[in-house]
Amino acid sequence: MLDFLKPPIQTFQDFVLVSSRALGNVFRRPHYNSDIFQQMDIIGVGSLPITSMVGWFSGIVMALQMSRALTTYGAESRVGEIVSITLVRELGPVLTALLVAGRNASGMASELGSMKVTEQIDAMRALGTDPSQKLVTPRLIASATMLPLLTIIADCIGMIGGYFVASTQLGLTSSEYWTSAWQVLEYNDLAQGLIKPFAFAIIIALVGCFYGIRTSGGTQGVGRATTNAVVWSSLWIIVINTLITQVFVNF
Amino acid sequence: MGTDSSIVRFEDVSLHFGDTPALDHVSFEMGAGETRVVFGAAGSGKTMLLKVAVGLQKPDSGRVFLFGQDITHLSEERLFDLRARVGILFQEGALFDSLTIADNVAYPLENQRILQTVGAGSEQRSIEERVVETLRFVELEQTLDKFPSELSGGMRRRVGIARAVVTQPELELYDSPTAGLDPITAHTIISLILKERDTRNTATIIVTHRYQDGQLMANFRYNPNSGEIEAAPRGSEETVDTKFLIMQAGRLVFEGTEPEFLACTDEYVRKFARPGAS
Ligand SMILES: Nc1ncnc2c1ncn2[C@@H]1O[C@H](COP(=O)(O)OP(=O)(O)OP(=O)(O)O)[C@@H](O)[C@H]1O
Ligand SMILES: [Mg+2]
Repeated sequence: MLDFLKPPIQTFQDFVLVSSRALGNVFRRPHYNSDIFQQMDIIGVGSLPITSMVGWFSGIVMALQMSRALTTYGAESRVGEIVSITLVRELGPVLTALLVAGRNASGMASELGSMKVTEQIDAMRALGTDPSQKLVTPRLIASATMLPLLTIIADCIGMIGGYFVASTQLGLTSSEYWTSAWQVLEYNDLAQGLIKPFAFAIIIALVGCFYGIRTSGGTQGVGRATTNAVVWSSLWIIVINTLITQVFVNF
Repeated sequence: MGTDSSIVRFEDVSLHFGDTPALDHVSFEMGAGETRVVFGAAGSGKTMLLKVAVGLQKPDSGRVFLFGQDITHLSEERLFDLRARVGILFQEGALFDSLTIADNVAYPLENQRILQTVGAGSEQRSIEERVVETLRFVELEQTLDKFPSELSGGMRRRVGIARAVVTQPELELYDSPTAGLDPITAHTIISLILKERDTRNTATIIVTHRYQDGQLMANFRYNPNSGEIEAAPRGSEETVDTKFLIMQAGRLVFEGTEPEFLACTDEYVRKFARPGAS
Protein backbone atom coordinates (compact mmCIF):
# COMPACT_ATOMS: atom_id res chain seq x y z
CA MET A 1 0.00 0.00 0.00
CA LEU A 2 2.83 2.30 0.83
CA ASP A 3 4.75 1.01 -2.18
CA PHE A 4 5.11 4.47 -3.67
CA LEU A 5 7.33 5.35 -0.70
CA LYS A 6 9.79 2.57 -1.43
CA PRO A 7 11.94 4.19 -4.15
CA PRO A 8 12.56 7.44 -2.26
CA ILE A 9 13.35 5.57 0.94
CA GLN A 10 15.69 3.28 -0.97
CA THR A 11 17.39 6.30 -2.53
CA PHE A 12 17.77 7.97 0.83
CA GLN A 13 19.23 4.79 2.28
CA ASP A 14 21.77 4.62 -0.55
CA PHE A 15 22.57 8.26 0.02
CA VAL A 16 23.27 7.66 3.70
CA LEU A 17 25.51 4.75 2.77
CA VAL A 18 27.52 6.71 0.20
CA SER A 19 27.77 9.69 2.54
CA SER A 20 28.92 7.81 5.59
CA ARG A 21 31.56 6.08 3.52
CA ALA A 22 32.83 9.39 2.11
CA LEU A 23 32.81 11.05 5.52
CA GLY A 24 34.62 8.10 7.08
CA ASN A 25 37.27 8.29 4.37
CA VAL A 26 38.20 11.80 5.49
CA PHE A 27 39.98 10.15 8.41
CA ARG A 28 41.32 7.18 6.49
CA ARG A 29 44.38 6.72 4.33
CA PRO A 30 45.30 7.09 1.51
CA HIS A 31 44.63 10.77 0.91
CA TYR A 32 44.74 12.01 -2.65
CA ASN A 33 46.12 15.45 -1.96
CA SER A 34 46.57 16.53 -5.54
CA ASP A 35 42.92 15.75 -6.20
CA ILE A 36 41.95 17.80 -3.14
CA PHE A 37 43.93 20.82 -4.34
CA GLN A 38 42.61 20.51 -7.85
CA GLN A 39 39.04 20.50 -6.53
CA MET A 40 39.78 23.46 -4.25
CA ASP A 41 40.91 25.34 -7.32
CA ILE A 42 37.81 24.39 -9.31
CA ILE A 43 35.35 25.09 -6.50
CA GLY A 44 37.06 27.99 -4.73
CA VAL A 45 38.97 29.97 -7.31
CA GLY A 46 36.53 29.04 -10.06
CA SER A 47 33.49 30.32 -8.16
CA LEU A 48 35.14 33.47 -6.85
CA PRO A 49 34.14 35.91 -9.63
CA ILE A 50 30.49 34.93 -9.66
CA THR A 51 30.07 34.81 -5.88
CA SER A 52 31.77 38.22 -5.57
CA MET A 53 29.38 39.70 -8.10
CA VAL A 54 26.38 38.24 -6.32
CA GLY A 55 27.68 39.52 -2.98
CA TRP A 56 28.19 43.00 -4.40
CA PHE A 57 24.74 43.28 -5.93
CA SER A 58 22.89 41.81 -2.97
CA GLY A 59 24.63 44.36 -0.70
CA ILE A 60 23.51 47.14 -3.02
CA VAL A 61 19.95 45.85 -3.26
CA MET A 62 19.62 45.44 0.50
CA ALA A 63 20.87 48.96 1.10
CA LEU A 64 18.51 50.39 -1.52
CA GLN A 65 15.48 48.53 -0.22
CA MET A 66 16.16 49.35 3.40
CA SER A 67 17.09 52.96 2.85
CA ARG A 68 13.53 53.77 1.79
CA ALA A 69 11.97 52.15 4.83
CA LEU A 70 14.56 53.58 7.19
CA THR A 71 14.23 57.13 5.84
CA THR A 72 10.56 57.22 6.83
CA TYR A 73 11.71 56.72 10.45
CA GLY A 74 14.67 59.02 10.02
CA ALA A 75 16.88 56.01 10.79
CA GLU A 76 18.89 55.88 7.58
CA SER A 77 22.14 55.88 9.57
CA ARG A 78 21.36 52.31 10.58
CA VAL A 79 21.49 50.95 7.03
CA GLY A 80 24.92 49.43 7.73
CA GLU A 81 23.48 47.31 10.53
CA ILE A 82 20.76 45.88 8.39
CA VAL A 83 22.98 45.18 5.44
CA SER A 84 25.57 43.41 7.53
CA ILE A 85 23.12 41.32 9.54
CA THR A 86 21.11 40.14 6.56
CA LEU A 87 24.25 39.39 4.59
CA VAL A 88 26.11 37.52 7.29
CA ARG A 89 23.15 35.56 8.58
CA GLU A 90 21.22 34.76 5.44
CA LEU A 91 22.00 36.17 2.05
CA GLY A 92 25.73 35.49 2.02
CA PRO A 93 25.56 31.81 3.00
CA VAL A 94 22.42 30.93 1.07
CA LEU A 95 23.10 32.78 -2.17
CA THR A 96 26.71 31.62 -2.31
CA ALA A 97 25.69 28.04 -1.62
CA LEU A 98 22.96 28.10 -4.26
CA LEU A 99 25.41 29.45 -6.82
CA VAL A 100 28.03 26.87 -5.94
CA ALA A 101 25.34 24.18 -6.06
CA GLY A 102 24.41 25.27 -9.55
CA ARG A 103 28.01 25.40 -10.61
CA ASN A 104 29.70 22.55 -8.78
CA ALA A 105 27.06 20.04 -7.70
CA SER A 106 26.12 19.85 -11.36
CA GLY A 107 29.78 19.66 -12.35
CA MET A 108 30.44 16.82 -9.92
CA ALA A 109 27.35 14.90 -11.00
CA SER A 110 28.14 15.19 -14.70
CA GLU A 111 31.83 14.42 -14.28
CA LEU A 112 31.34 11.37 -12.09
CA GLY A 113 28.29 10.40 -14.15
CA SER A 114 30.31 10.34 -17.37
CA MET A 115 33.00 8.34 -15.61
CA LYS A 116 30.36 5.89 -14.46
CA VAL A 117 28.78 5.32 -17.86
CA THR A 118 32.15 4.96 -19.59
CA GLU A 119 33.18 2.30 -17.05
CA GLN A 120 35.97 4.51 -15.66
CA ILE A 121 34.68 3.99 -12.13
CA ASP A 122 34.70 0.22 -12.63
CA ALA A 123 38.20 0.53 -14.06
CA MET A 124 39.24 2.42 -10.97
CA ARG A 125 37.89 -0.31 -8.72
CA ALA A 126 39.54 -2.93 -10.90
CA LEU A 127 42.87 -1.15 -10.51
CA GLY A 128 42.51 -1.13 -6.73
CA THR A 129 41.28 2.40 -6.02
CA ASP A 130 38.27 3.09 -3.83
CA PRO A 131 36.19 5.53 -5.94
CA SER A 132 34.74 7.03 -2.78
CA GLN A 133 38.22 7.83 -1.47
CA LYS A 134 39.57 9.03 -4.80
CA LEU A 135 36.54 10.95 -6.11
CA VAL A 136 34.02 11.80 -3.40
CA THR A 137 36.20 12.57 -0.39
CA PRO A 138 38.44 15.14 -2.17
CA ARG A 139 35.34 16.98 -3.41
CA LEU A 140 33.89 16.90 0.07
CA ILE A 141 37.02 18.26 1.73
CA ALA A 142 37.51 20.91 -0.95
CA SER A 143 33.90 22.13 -0.74
CA ALA A 144 33.88 22.19 3.05
CA THR A 145 36.96 24.40 3.14
CA MET A 146 36.22 26.64 0.16
CA LEU A 147 32.54 27.45 0.64
CA PRO A 148 32.99 29.16 4.05
CA LEU A 149 35.82 31.20 2.54
CA LEU A 150 33.75 32.16 -0.47
CA THR A 151 30.92 33.15 1.84
CA ILE A 152 33.17 35.41 3.92
CA ILE A 153 34.38 37.09 0.74
CA ALA A 154 30.83 37.51 -0.57
CA ASP A 155 29.74 39.00 2.80
CA CYS A 156 32.57 41.54 2.77
CA ILE A 157 32.03 42.57 -0.84
CA GLY A 158 28.30 42.85 -0.10
CA MET A 159 28.99 45.22 2.77
CA ILE A 160 31.17 47.32 0.50
CA GLY A 161 28.25 47.38 -1.96
CA GLY A 162 26.01 48.58 0.85
CA TYR A 163 28.51 51.27 1.72
CA PHE A 164 28.55 52.40 -1.89
CA VAL A 165 24.79 53.04 -1.73
CA ALA A 166 24.94 54.54 1.76
CA SER A 167 27.60 57.05 0.81
CA THR A 168 26.34 58.03 -2.64
CA GLN A 169 22.58 58.06 -2.01
CA LEU A 170 22.15 58.50 1.74
CA GLY A 171 25.17 60.69 2.32
CA LEU A 172 26.52 58.59 5.21
CA THR A 173 30.17 58.98 6.11
CA SER A 174 32.45 56.01 5.99
CA SER A 175 32.76 55.77 9.78
CA GLU A 176 29.00 56.08 10.34
CA TYR A 177 28.39 53.15 8.02
CA TRP A 178 31.23 50.84 9.03
CA THR A 179 30.96 51.35 12.81
CA SER A 180 27.32 50.34 12.81
CA ALA A 181 27.93 47.54 10.34
CA TRP A 182 30.67 45.98 12.47
CA GLN A 183 29.30 46.64 15.92
CA VAL A 184 25.96 45.04 15.31
CA LEU A 185 27.52 41.65 14.58
CA GLU A 186 27.51 39.28 17.52
CA TYR A 187 29.14 35.88 17.96
CA ASN A 188 25.79 34.31 17.25
CA ASP A 189 25.72 35.94 13.79
CA LEU A 190 29.27 34.99 12.96
CA ALA A 191 28.74 31.42 14.16
CA GLN A 192 25.68 30.85 12.02
CA GLY A 193 27.34 32.69 9.16
CA LEU A 194 30.10 30.09 9.18
CA ILE A 195 28.26 26.95 10.21
CA LYS A 196 25.76 27.41 7.40
CA PRO A 197 28.23 27.39 4.51
CA PHE A 198 30.05 24.47 6.10
CA ALA A 199 26.83 22.44 6.23
CA PHE A 200 25.79 23.55 2.73
CA ALA A 201 29.18 22.53 1.35
CA ILE A 202 28.72 19.02 2.69
CA ILE A 203 25.27 18.86 1.09
CA ILE A 204 26.58 20.10 -2.25
CA ALA A 205 29.48 17.66 -2.44
CA LEU A 206 27.58 14.62 -1.19
CA VAL A 207 24.45 15.18 -3.28
CA GLY A 208 26.48 16.03 -6.40
CA CYS A 209 28.73 12.97 -6.07
CA PHE A 210 25.87 10.70 -5.03
CA TYR A 211 23.87 11.37 -8.18
CA GLY A 212 27.08 11.15 -10.21
CA ILE A 213 28.19 7.72 -9.09
CA ARG A 214 24.74 6.14 -9.28
CA THR A 215 24.25 7.30 -12.86
CA SER A 216 23.00 4.66 -15.26
CA GLY A 217 21.65 4.74 -18.77
CA GLY A 218 24.23 6.49 -20.92
CA THR A 219 24.33 10.16 -21.84
CA GLN A 220 20.71 10.69 -20.94
CA GLY A 221 21.44 9.29 -17.50
CA VAL A 222 24.21 11.87 -17.07
CA GLY A 223 21.74 14.64 -17.89
CA ARG A 224 19.26 13.30 -15.37
CA ALA A 225 21.94 12.98 -12.72
CA THR A 226 23.01 16.59 -13.24
CA THR A 227 19.47 17.90 -12.97
CA ASN A 228 18.79 15.84 -9.87
CA ALA A 229 21.99 17.01 -8.24
CA VAL A 230 21.13 20.70 -8.67
CA VAL A 231 17.49 20.35 -7.71
CA TRP A 232 18.06 18.25 -4.60
CA SER A 233 21.12 20.07 -3.33
CA SER A 234 19.32 23.42 -3.67
CA LEU A 235 16.27 22.08 -1.92
CA TRP A 236 18.30 20.61 0.91
CA ILE A 237 20.20 23.87 1.30
CA ILE A 238 16.94 25.75 1.79
CA VAL A 239 15.59 23.16 4.25
CA ILE A 240 18.78 22.88 6.30
CA ASN A 241 19.06 26.67 6.31
CA THR A 242 15.67 26.88 7.97
CA LEU A 243 16.64 24.32 10.57
CA ILE A 244 19.92 26.03 11.44
CA THR A 245 18.20 29.41 11.62
CA GLN A 246 15.58 27.96 13.94
CA VAL A 247 18.29 26.64 16.24
CA PHE A 248 20.13 29.97 16.37
CA VAL A 249 17.01 32.04 16.86
CA ASN A 250 16.38 30.16 20.09
CA PHE A 251 19.80 30.98 21.52
CA MET B 1 46.02 -20.40 -0.89
CA GLY B 2 45.10 -24.03 -0.23
CA THR B 3 45.35 -26.87 -2.69
CA ASP B 4 43.10 -25.28 -5.30
CA SER B 5 45.26 -24.63 -8.34
CA SER B 6 42.59 -22.99 -10.52
CA ILE B 7 42.91 -19.33 -11.43
CA VAL B 8 39.21 -18.70 -11.98
CA ARG B 9 36.38 -20.99 -10.96
CA PHE B 10 32.63 -20.43 -11.18
CA GLU B 11 30.30 -22.73 -9.26
CA ASP B 12 26.71 -22.43 -10.40
CA VAL B 13 26.83 -18.64 -10.60
CA SER B 14 23.66 -16.68 -11.37
CA LEU B 15 23.07 -12.97 -11.71
CA HIS B 16 19.84 -11.21 -12.60
CA PHE B 17 18.96 -7.63 -13.46
CA GLY B 18 15.25 -7.51 -12.77
CA ASP B 19 13.89 -10.40 -14.80
CA THR B 20 16.75 -10.59 -17.30
CA PRO B 21 19.29 -13.25 -16.45
CA ALA B 22 22.79 -11.89 -17.11
CA LEU B 23 24.34 -15.13 -15.87
CA ASP B 24 22.28 -18.30 -15.50
CA HIS B 25 23.86 -21.14 -13.47
CA VAL B 26 27.30 -20.74 -15.00
CA SER B 27 30.07 -23.13 -13.95
CA PHE B 28 33.56 -23.37 -15.41
CA GLU B 29 37.14 -23.49 -14.35
CA MET B 30 40.49 -22.46 -15.79
CA GLY B 31 44.02 -23.19 -14.61
CA ALA B 32 47.28 -21.27 -14.75
CA GLY B 33 48.56 -20.48 -18.23
CA GLU B 34 45.31 -21.46 -19.93
CA THR B 35 43.26 -19.52 -22.46
CA ARG B 36 39.51 -19.12 -22.77
CA VAL B 37 37.80 -17.60 -25.79
CA VAL B 38 34.27 -16.41 -25.00
CA PHE B 39 31.72 -16.04 -27.80
CA GLY B 40 28.08 -15.03 -27.51
CA ALA B 41 25.41 -12.76 -28.92
CA ALA B 42 25.06 -9.18 -27.66
CA GLY B 43 23.61 -9.16 -24.14
CA SER B 44 24.42 -12.82 -23.51
CA GLY B 45 26.40 -12.01 -20.37
CA LYS B 46 30.02 -12.03 -21.54
CA THR B 47 30.94 -8.72 -19.88
CA MET B 48 29.17 -9.74 -16.68
CA LEU B 49 31.13 -12.98 -16.68
CA LEU B 50 34.36 -10.98 -16.55
CA LYS B 51 33.07 -8.49 -13.99
CA VAL B 52 31.84 -11.23 -11.67
CA ALA B 53 35.18 -13.03 -12.03
CA VAL B 54 37.01 -10.13 -10.37
CA GLY B 55 34.28 -9.13 -7.94
CA LEU B 56 33.26 -5.90 -9.68
CA GLN B 57 29.76 -7.34 -9.63
CA LYS B 58 28.47 -9.68 -6.92
CA PRO B 59 26.47 -12.72 -8.09
CA ASP B 60 22.97 -13.40 -6.76
CA SER B 61 23.84 -17.01 -6.08
CA GLY B 62 26.65 -19.49 -6.59
CA ARG B 63 30.30 -19.12 -5.69
CA VAL B 64 33.24 -17.48 -7.44
CA PHE B 65 36.88 -18.31 -6.82
CA LEU B 66 39.79 -16.15 -7.93
CA PHE B 67 43.32 -17.52 -7.49
CA GLY B 68 41.77 -20.27 -5.39
CA GLN B 69 40.17 -17.86 -2.95
CA ASP B 70 36.42 -17.61 -2.49
CA ILE B 71 35.60 -14.01 -3.43
CA THR B 72 31.82 -14.34 -3.43
CA HIS B 73 31.41 -12.34 -0.25
CA LEU B 74 34.84 -10.74 -0.01
CA SER B 75 34.88 -7.05 0.93
CA GLU B 76 36.06 -4.47 -1.59
CA GLU B 77 39.23 -3.74 0.42
CA ARG B 78 40.26 -7.38 0.48
CA LEU B 79 39.53 -7.70 -3.22
CA PHE B 80 42.04 -4.93 -4.06
CA ASP B 81 44.96 -7.27 -3.31
CA LEU B 82 43.62 -9.96 -5.59
CA ARG B 83 42.70 -7.56 -8.36
CA ALA B 84 46.26 -6.25 -8.36
CA ARG B 85 47.14 -9.62 -9.87
CA VAL B 86 44.62 -9.23 -12.70
CA GLY B 87 44.76 -7.02 -15.79
CA ILE B 88 41.51 -5.94 -17.41
CA LEU B 89 40.77 -4.36 -20.77
CA PHE B 90 37.25 -2.94 -20.59
CA GLN B 91 34.87 -3.12 -23.53
CA GLU B 92 34.78 0.65 -23.99
CA GLY B 93 38.42 1.07 -23.00
CA ALA B 94 37.57 3.00 -19.84
CA LEU B 95 40.72 5.09 -20.06
CA PHE B 96 40.75 7.97 -17.58
CA ASP B 97 40.05 10.85 -19.93
CA SER B 98 41.37 13.50 -17.55
CA LEU B 99 44.81 11.84 -17.49
CA THR B 100 47.48 11.66 -20.20
CA ILE B 101 48.33 8.36 -21.84
CA ALA B 102 51.46 8.07 -19.71
CA ASP B 103 49.51 8.73 -16.51
CA ASN B 104 46.84 6.24 -17.54
CA VAL B 105 49.41 3.51 -17.96
CA ALA B 106 51.23 4.59 -14.80
CA TYR B 107 48.01 4.56 -12.78
CA PRO B 108 48.05 0.89 -11.70
CA LEU B 109 51.70 1.19 -10.69
CA GLU B 110 51.22 4.45 -8.78
CA ASN B 111 48.19 2.96 -7.11
CA GLN B 112 50.02 -0.10 -5.93
CA ARG B 113 52.71 2.18 -4.54
CA ILE B 114 50.14 4.28 -2.67
CA LEU B 115 48.45 1.22 -1.21
CA GLN B 116 51.70 -0.33 -0.08
CA THR B 117 52.75 3.12 1.17
CA VAL B 118 56.31 2.56 -0.09
CA GLY B 119 58.50 5.66 -0.19
CA ALA B 120 58.52 7.63 -3.44
CA GLY B 121 61.75 8.83 -5.05
CA SER B 122 63.64 5.81 -6.33
CA GLU B 123 60.32 4.15 -7.21
CA GLN B 124 59.27 7.09 -9.34
CA ARG B 125 62.09 6.50 -11.78
CA SER B 126 61.28 2.88 -12.36
CA ILE B 127 57.58 3.65 -12.85
CA GLU B 128 58.47 5.97 -15.71
CA GLU B 129 60.72 3.37 -17.24
CA ARG B 130 58.06 0.70 -17.04
CA VAL B 131 55.44 2.99 -18.56
CA VAL B 132 57.65 3.79 -21.55
CA GLU B 133 58.58 0.15 -21.90
CA THR B 134 54.95 -0.95 -21.86
CA LEU B 135 53.87 1.71 -24.33
CA ARG B 136 56.70 0.54 -26.57
CA PHE B 137 55.26 -2.97 -26.24
CA VAL B 138 52.01 -1.73 -27.79
CA GLU B 139 53.98 0.49 -30.20
CA LEU B 140 52.64 3.78 -28.91
CA GLU B 141 55.62 5.31 -27.11
CA GLN B 142 55.24 8.53 -29.11
CA THR B 143 51.86 9.32 -27.53
CA LEU B 144 53.03 9.70 -23.90
CA ASP B 145 51.73 13.23 -23.33
CA LYS B 146 48.56 13.01 -25.40
CA PHE B 147 45.10 12.62 -23.92
CA PRO B 148 42.84 9.65 -24.74
CA SER B 149 40.48 11.88 -26.74
CA GLU B 150 43.33 12.68 -29.14
CA LEU B 151 43.85 9.05 -30.15
CA SER B 152 42.03 6.85 -32.62
CA GLY B 153 39.83 3.98 -31.42
CA GLY B 154 42.46 1.38 -32.22
CA MET B 155 45.16 3.35 -30.44
CA ARG B 156 42.96 3.75 -27.36
CA ARG B 157 42.38 0.00 -27.36
CA ARG B 158 46.16 -0.51 -27.36
CA VAL B 159 46.61 1.95 -24.49
CA GLY B 160 43.95 -0.04 -22.62
CA ILE B 161 46.02 -3.18 -23.22
CA ALA B 162 49.15 -1.37 -22.00
CA ARG B 163 47.35 -0.35 -18.81
CA ALA B 164 46.14 -3.93 -18.33
CA VAL B 165 49.56 -5.54 -18.76
CA VAL B 166 51.83 -2.96 -17.09
CA THR B 167 51.68 -4.63 -13.68
CA GLN B 168 52.54 -8.02 -15.23
CA PRO B 169 49.43 -9.71 -13.87
CA GLU B 170 48.92 -13.46 -13.69
CA LEU B 171 45.48 -13.23 -15.27
CA GLU B 172 44.39 -11.06 -18.21
CA LEU B 173 40.78 -10.34 -19.12
CA TYR B 174 40.12 -8.74 -22.50
CA ASP B 175 36.57 -7.59 -23.23
CA SER B 176 35.99 -7.34 -26.98
CA PRO B 177 39.48 -6.05 -27.85
CA THR B 178 38.84 -6.11 -31.60
CA ALA B 179 35.24 -4.87 -31.76
CA GLY B 180 34.72 -2.13 -34.30
CA LEU B 181 38.26 -2.25 -35.68
CA ASP B 182 39.49 -2.88 -39.21
CA PRO B 183 40.98 -6.35 -39.90
CA ILE B 184 44.56 -5.11 -39.89
CA THR B 185 44.34 -3.31 -36.55
CA ALA B 186 42.37 -6.22 -35.11
CA HIS B 187 45.14 -8.58 -36.16
CA THR B 188 47.77 -6.31 -34.56
CA ILE B 189 45.82 -6.33 -31.31
CA ILE B 190 45.44 -10.10 -31.20
CA SER B 191 49.17 -10.38 -31.91
CA LEU B 192 49.84 -8.16 -28.90
CA ILE B 193 47.57 -10.30 -26.76
CA LEU B 194 49.39 -13.45 -27.94
CA LYS B 195 52.73 -11.79 -27.25
CA GLU B 196 51.64 -10.92 -23.72
CA ARG B 197 50.24 -14.40 -23.15
CA ASP B 198 53.23 -16.31 -24.49
CA THR B 199 56.11 -14.24 -23.10
CA ARG B 200 54.92 -14.64 -19.52
CA ASN B 201 52.53 -17.58 -19.83
CA THR B 202 49.64 -15.44 -18.56
CA ALA B 203 46.21 -16.99 -18.09
CA THR B 204 43.93 -15.21 -20.56
CA ILE B 205 40.20 -14.82 -21.06
CA ILE B 206 39.22 -13.03 -24.23
CA VAL B 207 35.69 -12.02 -25.17
CA THR B 208 35.22 -11.48 -28.87
CA HIS B 209 32.73 -11.49 -31.72
CA ARG B 210 35.29 -12.43 -34.35
CA TYR B 211 35.79 -16.04 -35.36
CA GLN B 212 39.36 -15.26 -36.50
CA ASP B 213 40.35 -14.04 -33.02
CA GLY B 214 39.51 -17.45 -31.60
CA GLN B 215 41.45 -19.19 -34.37
CA LEU B 216 44.52 -17.10 -33.65
CA MET B 217 44.29 -17.63 -29.89
CA ALA B 218 43.91 -21.38 -30.33
CA ASN B 219 46.38 -22.10 -33.12
CA PHE B 220 49.05 -19.44 -33.02
CA ARG B 221 51.78 -18.43 -30.65
CA TYR B 222 54.28 -15.63 -30.29
CA ASN B 223 57.81 -16.42 -31.34
CA PRO B 224 60.20 -14.31 -29.24
CA ASN B 225 63.06 -14.83 -31.71
CA SER B 226 61.34 -13.51 -34.81
CA GLY B 227 59.01 -11.17 -32.89
CA GLU B 228 56.15 -12.47 -35.03
CA ILE B 229 53.25 -14.79 -34.37
CA GLU B 230 53.44 -18.22 -35.98
CA ALA B 231 51.30 -21.33 -36.24
CA ALA B 232 51.65 -23.49 -33.17
CA PRO B 233 52.30 -27.19 -33.81
CA ARG B 234 49.23 -29.36 -33.42
CA GLY B 235 48.94 -30.78 -29.92
CA SER B 236 51.26 -28.16 -28.43
CA GLU B 237 50.55 -26.44 -25.14
CA GLU B 238 48.83 -23.47 -26.78
CA THR B 239 46.30 -25.49 -28.74
CA VAL B 240 45.50 -27.88 -25.89
CA ASP B 241 45.08 -25.22 -23.23
CA THR B 242 42.73 -23.06 -25.26
CA LYS B 243 39.04 -23.67 -24.78
CA PHE B 244 36.00 -21.99 -26.29
CA LEU B 245 33.06 -20.88 -24.17
CA ILE B 246 29.78 -19.98 -25.86
CA MET B 247 27.20 -17.91 -23.97
CA GLN B 248 23.53 -17.70 -24.79
CA ALA B 249 21.15 -15.52 -22.76
CA GLY B 250 23.28 -15.89 -19.64
CA ARG B 251 23.80 -19.63 -19.99
CA LEU B 252 27.10 -21.30 -20.82
CA VAL B 253 25.88 -23.52 -23.67
CA PHE B 254 29.22 -24.91 -24.84
CA GLU B 255 32.70 -25.44 -23.47
CA GLY B 256 35.40 -27.27 -25.38
CA THR B 257 38.57 -27.27 -27.46
CA GLU B 258 38.67 -26.05 -31.04
CA PRO B 259 38.04 -29.43 -32.73
CA GLU B 260 35.08 -30.01 -30.42
CA PHE B 261 33.84 -26.52 -31.16
CA LEU B 262 34.04 -27.04 -34.93
CA ALA B 263 32.36 -30.42 -34.63
CA CYS B 264 29.50 -29.16 -32.50
CA THR B 265 26.13 -29.54 -34.18
CA ASP B 266 24.17 -27.09 -32.03
CA GLU B 267 22.79 -24.42 -34.33
CA TYR B 268 23.58 -21.47 -32.05
CA VAL B 269 27.15 -22.67 -31.42
CA ARG B 270 27.75 -23.29 -35.13
CA LYS B 271 26.94 -19.65 -35.86
CA PHE B 272 30.19 -18.69 -34.14
CA ALA B 273 32.23 -21.51 -35.64
CA ARG B 274 32.44 -20.33 -39.18
CA PRO B 275 34.40 -17.49 -40.72
CA GLY B 276 32.54 -14.28 -41.27
CA ALA B 277 30.22 -14.90 -38.34
CA SER B 278 29.54 -11.93 -36.18
N1 LIG C 1 23.94 -2.21 -15.15
C1 LIG C 1 23.01 -3.00 -15.69
N2 LIG C 1 21.71 -2.84 -15.36
C2 LIG C 1 20.75 -3.65 -15.88
N3 LIG C 1 20.99 -4.65 -16.73
C3 LIG C 1 22.26 -4.87 -17.10
C4 LIG C 1 23.33 -4.07 -16.60
N4 LIG C 1 24.47 -4.53 -17.14
C5 LIG C 1 24.13 -5.55 -17.92
N5 LIG C 1 22.81 -5.77 -17.92
C6 LIG C 1 22.09 -6.84 -18.64
O1 LIG C 1 22.78 -8.04 -18.45
C7 LIG C 1 22.80 -8.81 -19.62
C8 LIG C 1 24.23 -9.21 -19.97
O2 LIG C 1 24.97 -8.04 -20.28
P1 LIG C 1 26.48 -8.07 -20.73
O3 LIG C 1 26.97 -6.68 -20.66
O4 LIG C 1 27.23 -9.07 -19.97
O5 LIG C 1 26.34 -8.52 -22.24
P2 LIG C 1 27.51 -8.84 -23.27
O6 LIG C 1 27.46 -10.29 -23.55
O7 LIG C 1 28.79 -8.29 -22.78
O8 LIG C 1 27.01 -8.06 -24.55
P3 LIG C 1 27.85 -7.23 -25.65
O9 LIG C 1 28.39 -8.21 -26.63
O10 LIG C 1 26.83 -6.35 -26.28
O11 LIG C 1 28.91 -6.48 -24.92
C9 LIG C 1 22.12 -7.98 -20.70
O12 LIG C 1 20.82 -8.46 -20.85
C10 LIG C 1 22.09 -6.59 -20.13
O13 LIG C 1 20.93 -5.93 -20.53
MG1 LIG D 1 29.93 -6.73 -23.25
